[in-house]
Amino acid sequence: MGATRTAAGATAAATATATGTAAGATLKDATAIAGIGQTPFAKRLPESEKTLACRAILAALDDAGIAPSEVDAFASYTMEETDEVEVAKAIGAGDVTFFSKVGYGGGGSCATVAHLAAAIATGQASVGVAWRSRKRGSGPRPWTNTRAQLPTPAQWTRPYGLLRPADEIGLLARRYMHEYGATRDHFFNVALACRNRANQNPAAIMYDRPLTREMYMTARWISEPLCLFDNCLETDGALACVVVSAERARDCRQRPVYVHSAAQGLPAQHHGMVNYWNDDPLTGPSWTAARRLWKTADFGPQDVDVAQIYDAFTPLIPLSLEGYGFCGRGEGAAFTEGGALEIGGRLPLNTGGGGLSEAYVHGFNLITEGVRQLRGTGTAQVPGATTCLVTAGEGVPTSALLMRS
Amino acid sequence: MTQLDTTTGATTDTTTAATTAATTAANGGGEGSDGLLAPVPDEDGAPFFAYAARGELRVQCCADCDEPRFPPRPCCPHCQSFDCLWKKLSGRGRIWSYVLPHPPLLPAYAAQAPYNVVLVELADAPRIRLVGNLVASADAALNSVPPERIRIGAPVKAAFHAADGGLTVVRWLLERP
Repeated sequence: MGATRTAAGATAAATATATGTAAGATLKDATAIAGIGQTPFAKRLPESEKTLACRAILAALDDAGIAPSEVDAFASYTMEETDEVEVAKAIGAGDVTFFSKVGYGGGGSCATVAHLAAAIATGQASVGVAWRSRKRGSGPRPWTNTRAQLPTPAQWTRPYGLLRPADEIGLLARRYMHEYGATRDHFFNVALACRNRANQNPAAIMYDRPLTREMYMTARWISEPLCLFDNCLETDGALACVVVSAERARDCRQRPVYVHSAAQGLPAQHHGMVNYWNDDPLTGPSWTAARRLWKTADFGPQDVDVAQIYDAFTPLIPLSLEGYGFCGRGEGAAFTEGGALEIGGRLPLNTGGGGLSEAYVHGFNLITEGVRQLRGTGTAQVPGATTCLVTAGEGVPTSALLMRS
Repeated sequence: MTQLDTTTGATTDTTTAATTAATTAANGGGEGSDGLLAPVPDEDGAPFFAYAARGELRVQCCADCDEPRFPPRPCCPHCQSFDCLWKKLSGRGRIWSYVLPHPPLLPAYAAQAPYNVVLVELADAPRIRLVGNLVASADAALNSVPPERIRIGAPVKAAFHAADGGLTVVRWLLERP
């Protein structure tokens, strides 16, 4: 199956390459992720974010078999403290002809790959690197930030005690539960699926820490209705991936993982981290990104073998399942029942452990895990997986990728 | 700039209101003596707090097409007009959702935790929802209403609390305490 699907992917890629930059050109399979790299994940790492970034990027280039001097494009997303000037200089990149930084923190993860893919497909660059380096395990916490100037939108939320993202998502989660009968057991299904996968992944922070329903139900509250296990892990660590043309990728060390479709999403009348002021706050940016994502894809949600869905908080999963079309409106919680998100289930989820149980590095580990699944090298491998959805932060202006082998 | 208040028929000088709030805001921004964060209004949001200081709940409306909008901004997303007025509302609404934050939190909030944060859908402008706190009285603590009394759909009315930072924030009381 793998060989057949690879041939199909290669054919599609060749077609896309042949059409090149002509009018009507598409991103579809024109580029591929050829290398991935990461540092260890830990609550605390001694090295600086810049050092960690360089380690991850060099590991990704080594994985691809591409020399650092060939890198001519960089993409990152905001809240990244290591900028492309420093990184390019440190790793010994050549002349850089494309760089971009996507806004809205965790919503930008997938867009970095999309920007590189667009740049390479249109001839603006040939070897692109996207990365994330983060020391939040030992870094600043939102609830210690008192004196800093409040960002303008926060005048409507923060003084009232919506201090942390968990508080903002908790407000949406409560309404979601009220409107659709979602329960804490549904959120537990999400937390458990991620934890079970982390228990198979030696690189995961929660590798040796199984989760039970009793632990979940008796855990301390963070922001009711969200408990400790509904929240991601603040982690130190860095990751990177290398994007090249599909043609080039076929000559690299690893099996190419094609960038099949990509989209960003900022819904009409959206507002920063939360959209309480939209007509319909329970349809977030994922809905907007999804419409574009599927429009330019050769397959639909029913054909996705494995999903890496941004999981800073468990309720984001049912909301995203609805947004990306895996089920109908209000059906996301029920979708998680019966082991649907486990290996062998309807939609295996966050197979490295995700932000909830592998590492919370603003979602970049979801991209690298998606690549591993399509290479067939996941620690919790979905047998024969050839298609993968990866999403960025829901709630904020977001982005998503469809990848195929 | 004098603009018509369409609810009361009175005229309202929004420029003065905005200036007052902006001046006050310069004194806020950090934590007050109660440790809670004071809002830092921007130019568009300042009138909201200025009216709150007078005990009025007002929202920005388009002066041309009458469409209310929140949060405040320079022009109307429906008709692109830059003319606005601040319409006085009844101050009534219903709880759309709520959350109960627990520590770790900023010290002053942690001291009152678990407290509530409610999202109130306004009766006169159903698509506008305001974040606030449900309290037993305007100046009571953030945890002054027991959590078991809070439910989605409960009718509430606006109350006005002069925060330590010098600004007045809108809080919410149960209609049927």
